[in-house]
Amino acid sequence: MTSVSMTVNGKSVSGDVEGRTLLVDFLRNDLRLTGTHVGCDTSQCGACVVHVNGAAVKACAMFAVEADGADVATIEGQANADGSLNTIQQAFQDHHGLQCGFCTPGMVMSAAALLKDNPKPSEAEIREYLEGNICRCTGYHNIVKAIMAASGQDVTAIAAE
Amino acid sequence: MYAFEIERPSTIADAVNALKGEDAQALGGGQTLIPTLKQRLAMPSKLVSLSGIGEMKGVCLGDAGEVCIGGATTHATVAREAAAHYPALAALASHIGDPAVRNRGTIGGSLANNDPSACYPAAALGSGATIITNNREIAADDYFQGMFTTALEEGEVITEVRFPVPEKANYQKFVQPASRFALVGVFVAKYAGGVRVAVTGASEEGVFRWTEAEEALSGNFDGGAVDGLSVPSDGMISDLHGTPEYRAHLVKVMTKRAVAASG
Repeated sequence: MTSVSMTVNGKSVSGDVEGRTLLVDFLRNDLRLTGTHVGCDTSQCGACVVHVNGAAVKACAMFAVEADGADVATIEGQANADGSLNTIQQAFQDHHGLQCGFCTPGMVMSAAALLKDNPKPSEAEIREYLEGNICRCTGYHNIVKAIMAASGQDVTAIAAE
Repeated sequence: MYAFEIERPSTIADAVNALKGEDAQALGGGQTLIPTLKQRLAMPSKLVSLSGIGEMKGVCLGDAGEVCIGGATTHATVAREAAAHYPALAALASHIGDPAVRNRGTIGGSLANNDPSACYPAAALGSGATIITNNREIAADDYFQGMFTTALEEGEVITEVRFPVPEKANYQKFVQPASRFALVGVFVAKYAGGVRVAVTGASEEGVFRWTEAEEALSGNFDGGAVDGLSVPSDGMISDLHGTPEYRAHLVKVMTKRAVAASG
């Protein structure tokens, strides 16, 4: 076992992990932060996307040991300080950007990473950025619409499909 | 996954030492190795993570104007930091996998693995790059030795890759949409000394140079120069995504597109 320490959603945490412990398992099993989902476990689906030192990564394709000393952000840390939904989360609710909700944590974390680098992405840029996030309800249209709305763009002309 | 130890050295020297242990395996960004471990297709007793080695990260310009990329540099960093120096290389890096994969996957990991459908081998071979390890320099022409096979010795680490910058270059990838690897990808680079054409995704032997196209394009850098050539389908990969004939056809199509797009 190896001792690891990191900052998760602004709080210092530590624990003992095996070499093979994935970051997502450390978050879910040790820290009980179960908002980060495991969909495929083969780094295809993106349900486990979190931010490590500000960059979106698939937490099922990184060992917890490699996040030692890192600043990690998960879906649990996305809401505003008063508990209300942040802009991206609110836009997902307003525009029906989720159906079953399983992929949503990864979608929101990917969207947050995209908007940090590209505050006003086009629809094509959003779709390209979400290549690694799969929604098995195939609800992409409203997810893209929600992200456009979250970036302050007018989406009234985009019909619900 | 089987159990293993993991070490996270902070210098190349420490990593090389750690890799001397029996069944030790280097871990780059893990975007191929971790799924492989999950499937129990690999069983190292120790992983040596290269992600904490600062001296193996970053993009800079060498004395001869070549682009030097640390072996532990992520695709996302190459896409960002090589754009001003070698746009075709940066563009290739910006289309590997997906954004989250590009934030972890590294150039050294990709070249060490030498997946027959990976993008970076086409850039390295197409540019005549030099692969620098902890103890020697290997020309790309000598480095790639068949599917998942390279000139690397046991425990040898890619510390840096040097790309001479061409006059013009472009990479065209026909994406296999489920994996986002290349069904066929062609890297074309025009240097003062001639044109290089490297093909990935097509051959059972992994990345290769299409030398007939290189000769034709060195004489006339126009897509039409390869019209009269044909690519034999012998030895091309056959799977549910494409027949050998289909891949052979794509090699020529993607070569012409790359020449046209290289401006």
